[in-house]
Amino acid sequence: MIVFLARRLVFMLLTMLAVSIILFAMLEVNVESIAVRVLGAYSTDTQREIWLEANGYLRPIYVRYIEWLGNFLVGDFGESTRFNTRVADILWPRLGNTGLLALFTFGIMIPISLTLGVFAGMREGSRTDRSITFLSVITTSVPEFASAVLLSFIFVFWLGLLPGTSGFTDGFSLREMILPVMVLIIYDFGYVARMTRASMAEVMQSPYIRTAVLKGLPYRRVVMRHALRNALIAPFTVIVLQINWLLSGVIVVEYFFAYKGFGALLLEAALNNDVDLIQACAMIAVIVAVGTQTIADIGYTYLNPRIRFT
Amino acid sequence: MNGTASTEPVLQIDGLNISYFTRAAEIPAVIDFNLTVAPGEAVGVVGESGCGKSTVAMAIMRYMGSAGRIMDGSIRFKGRDMMEMSDEELRDLRGSEIAMVYQEPMAALNPSMKIGRQLMEVPLFHEPGCTEDDARRRAAEMLANVRLPDAERVMEAYPHQISGGQQQRVVIAMALLSNPSLLLLDEPTTALDVTVEAGIVQLIADISRQFGTAMVYISHNLGLILETCDRVAVMYSGEVVEEAPVADIFDRPQHPYTRGLFGCIPTPGRDKNARPLKPIRGRLPLPHQRPPGCNFWPRCDHFEGGRCDTQSIPLEVSDDTRGHSVRCLRWNEIDWSLANTGVESRPPPEVGEVVLQADEMQKYYPVHDRSLAAILSGRSVRYVKANEDISFVARKGQTVAIVGESGCGKSTFAKVLMGLETATGGKLSFNDDDITTKVIADRKTRQVRSLQMVFQNPNDTLNPSMTVGGQIARVIRKFGVETDRAKVQERVLSLLDLVKLPRDFAKRRPRQLSGGQKQRVGIARAFAGNPAVVVADEPVSALDVSVQAAVTGLLMDIQREFETTLLFISHDMGVVRYLADRVVVMYLGQIMEQGTTDEVFEPPYHPYTEALLSAVPIADTSVEKKNIVLEGPLPSVLDPPKGCPFNTRCPRKLGAICETERPAVHKTVNGHAIACHIPLAELESYEPVIKTAAE
Amino acid sequence: MTDQTFETGPGGAEERRPNALIRGLKILALLRESWMASIGIGIVIFWVLVAILAPVLAPYPYEQQIGPLVNASPGTCAEPDRPYFTDEGMERTTGDECYLLGGDNLGRDILSRIIWGARPILIWAPLATLLAYTAGIFLGLLAGYKRGWLDDILSRVSDIILSFPVLVLYVVLITVVGRSNINILLAVTFASAPGIMRIVRGLVLDLRNRDYVAAAQTRGESSWYIMFVEILPNARGPLIVDACLRLGYTIITLGVLGFLGLGLPPPDPNWGNLIAENRTVALTSPQSVVFPCIAISSLVLGLNMLADGLREISLKD
Repeated sequence: MIVFLARRLVFMLLTMLAVSIILFAMLEVNVESIAVRVLGAYSTDTQREIWLEANGYLRPIYVRYIEWLGNFLVGDFGESTRFNTRVADILWPRLGNTGLLALFTFGIMIPISLTLGVFAGMREGSRTDRSITFLSVITTSVPEFASAVLLSFIFVFWLGLLPGTSGFTDGFSLREMILPVMVLIIYDFGYVARMTRASMAEVMQSPYIRTAVLKGLPYRRVVMRHALRNALIAPFTVIVLQINWLLSGVIVVEYFFAYKGFGALLLEAALNNDVDLIQACAMIAVIVAVGTQTIADIGYTYLNPRIRFT
Repeated sequence: MNGTASTEPVLQIDGLNISYFTRAAEIPAVIDFNLTVAPGEAVGVVGESGCGKSTVAMAIMRYMGSAGRIMDGSIRFKGRDMMEMSDEELRDLRGSEIAMVYQEPMAALNPSMKIGRQLMEVPLFHEPGCTEDDARRRAAEMLANVRLPDAERVMEAYPHQISGGQQQRVVIAMALLSNPSLLLLDEPTTALDVTVEAGIVQLIADISRQFGTAMVYISHNLGLILETCDRVAVMYSGEVVEEAPVADIFDRPQHPYTRGLFGCIPTPGRDKNARPLKPIRGRLPLPHQRPPGCNFWPRCDHFEGGRCDTQSIPLEVSDDTRGHSVRCLRWNEIDWSLANTGVESRPPPEVGEVVLQADEMQKYYPVHDRSLAAILSGRSVRYVKANEDISFVARKGQTVAIVGESGCGKSTFAKVLMGLETATGGKLSFNDDDITTKVIADRKTRQVRSLQMVFQNPNDTLNPSMTVGGQIARVIRKFGVETDRAKVQERVLSLLDLVKLPRDFAKRRPRQLSGGQKQRVGIARAFAGNPAVVVADEPVSALDVSVQAAVTGLLMDIQREFETTLLFISHDMGVVRYLADRVVVMYLGQIMEQGTTDEVFEPPYHPYTEALLSAVPIADTSVEKKNIVLEGPLPSVLDPPKGCPFNTRCPRKLGAICETERPAVHKTVNGHAIACHIPLAELESYEPVIKTAAE
Repeated sequence: MTDQTFETGPGGAEERRPNALIRGLKILALLRESWMASIGIGIVIFWVLVAILAPVLAPYPYEQQIGPLVNASPGTCAEPDRPYFTDEGMERTTGDECYLLGGDNLGRDILSRIIWGARPILIWAPLATLLAYTAGIFLGLLAGYKRGWLDDILSRVSDIILSFPVLVLYVVLITVVGRSNINILLAVTFASAPGIMRIVRGLVLDLRNRDYVAAAQTRGESSWYIMFVEILPNARGPLIVDACLRLGYTIITLGVLGFLGLGLPPPDPNWGNLIAENRTVALTSPQSVVFPCIAISSLVLGLNMLADGLREISLKD
């Protein structure tokens, strides 16, 4: 078990390292284009040369990479050209906001989707099952930007119940959280619900559930003690990996609702060629994603006795 | 048998009809099923796949799933009508009064719950006053009762941590915990190795004696039924065709199907040359394509047009005193002494020069152990000795059987021989060419096509997305037998003729074929390049008895015609005795014994051979068998015992020498060889395991 | 490839010689077994027809701006005799200019733009999916069949690519390579090929142990023959289902990229762009964004329903 954990962690670190190298190479191998991005297309060659020299871009790439990595590890993410400030100053608060968004989303989505999935899978082919499946097919078909548009149309334009932007201009406001969270939940819950349903349905068909029923156990006990634990092993991984999906959804939702979060920051950095900021944001995203994957793997192993004890 | 008129039957089923519903139609699965089980009685229900026997078991439990429905009839348990019971009442009955043992023990146990907890649930839910401690104590006691050593450890284990045989013992313990009046056993040993099966069968027999539990034993294996049951019902295509005390079914079968079945089973008296098997022709009708009248008439030799195919046939009592009934209009008209003809005996085939020779061949697989302890101690790479010192020869036209249980290395040997793997030591030669380290790519086309294989699983052997003809044609072209399009096609058709399949099968896809037909195509494909050696890896073990006989017969005929050397890999001693000329017995990668079939099946035996012979159930009442049950599970190939690999389970173990030294090989004149520490003279003194009563 | 039609139908022991026509009919019969699949394929066919017939169906050129109809609500007709510009010069409205779904912020007909917008979506999304599948199948077959170090390397690399949150990957890629149709195509391929590879690899790991593969090996077939002829056709069921889902997802991706201003470059009327262009007026004239949203959602829904239905059918057999 210790070896497994160590291997998994080492692999996680290696992945992050590999990604950081690729990322750095992609963004910084062509220094000329960085200068163009920063100084604009109408700058002269001399201007660019001077700028590159001044900012240390003329040194070999591996030197710059190591320097960047060292700085990154101590929390110095460089300067943002877009915001004219240190990247760290803008990044952390934004990440906090996104964390809040994710917390609300997960806190509501997971109980709903697990319950629906379990109910649907418990009696496969029943009316409940069909309705839940159909509902989840529909919701996963509506992209985040579309549901954002449609929900704004209903709740903001038509009913006038909710604010259309979530910029927190007057400080934190729960009402401004509702729409972004709703959009994220709608797109993501169907996927988790369907995975849970499939897993539950498979378990309910398995011979050991038959054994439990023919042992004379009450149906409730069969479901709660025998089916549920086995049925939730597979969705567990899916749920943890949803964080990865959520990071994508967050970009759209934050952009649409002008929510001051990490996703909107990444997008803004990309649209404005803010190299240091892109690097920092992308690295953070990867760290979150790879980290959750590792947790998912370890958790899966822990939950599944067939793997845990061999 | 021991049920008297005054005792109320435990189970009484009358006129039971069960159908499955698909979108297309209603498919009757069980028709007019009657069965009475007296207290303490063991009743067998036997039949081939799809005959409805498992459906009956599930109906008794009233557990049908969404597609199945009981259409008609009554099931009474101790006089109470089960059809009228509420869910509540059923729940009280299940697991306490009626308990069940399942086919696949691994699947039947909850993988993420400790075994102790799964056992404890039974008393906890069926006996109101039962405490946790009581339940735990009783679970442990019951584990000891089913002869599981170290009950405490098993209680704390998860199902995947114990072996298949132990899992089945746990399932049996779970069934017995509430001391049920009726035990349903649905193919309880089918998924297990023979020697493990023998232990479970004996346990079941002991249970019925010890607890007086009535049993319904469902199986496809007549031999097992003979060993375990008092009475037996034979099912065919949804109906019971014959029911009688077990001895009467075996000695005086009255239904043509029952008779036909016995003709298909390789019992010790059978011999491929002198007394070949007589397969039942045709195939089992699909449930929605049953013929009018008797379901069996299209395959019956005693069919009488206008009578058998017009009316539905009732189950008729043929012998009131012994309780024998049969579903046949002509049961008392058929003269069985005239019927047993049509299979001629033949002289044994000529055996030619050596074709295949293995000399101390070895195959080791490296296994990487990535645990910390192994890495630190520098032993991170270990070897699985899948084959160790394999030496034997096979001659032209000869059938050599390689027999052994799972993990004995028989399939690995086939892989090395076929060139899918290479040996790691020793020598393997084919027609005097050294092929020890030659994978297929290094072999000449001539060699590749001379060494072909017939595979085990009929559903796997053919590519589902190609036509039958296309697959055979590919082989013909690949081996360069024919290249011209028309000639290839002609050869395809003649190969279909060879395996006795209709020519229009060439255009069919595998899913339109039955299991037996697929195996025939597999045989045609293997023989497409006129091979010198064919390796048949359990070619019939997945088929029904009646189909088995036909496919085995076909394989033997073709082999005889082309004087092919056949390496027959099997776990079934019955089949091996029937068709092999020479037998090689393997255990954990090593050869325990080899010799001609007669030599291996008569003393002197290796103790393992002796146990194997004893473990195989025999469907013949005239055979007496010594009962040897091996203790302990099959060791893992990863960690085989030192010394003689069989020492951990050997009932004739001498002592320390067996655990430390590899036994020397006793050789007799004809190449009969036994690897054992016990002196040959002593081995010779053993009584034969199987004795046939003088007829 | 002609021999690889989807077939999971009920065992037709009767049929003898399935030619192309009968197989086509069989697929239709299959769809009857699942109402989900039939509605799904109906929606997909509808949009394909719309895309093909765009020149016939669209009432106005998609770039035609009619000033008086800026942000017009659905069903509005222009007041007569107002000036507007075409390529030929200034014209005056006759009063017959009616926008069934309203006008956008530049006075263009939303209906026409949606109709024309089906084209880029239905060209680039299938193309990107196809490209991703070609790469994914090839790599998946190699990794799953050859195993060993090749499998290790391919699996590790795909793990790394998959560890990027998808949209972050797109944003970074497109920032680096720039916005163009080809670049977006390549970015989508790069991002989804590893996922496909993983699925194919999983299927191959199962199929490579089948006896018919061993039979092919024992008669000395080459690895390529075994991978593409013996294994791949038997993996087609799950792959077709996955392809439908993935195509739907690619359409969403194109829409999202368009919406974020990173997609197919304007003036392309693809649906994501339509929403992005009118985002600022979304709350005052919602028709300009709501209808494109419905369009893209319905197409994706069609594909998802098709996938779900096909999966259901394949499980029944």
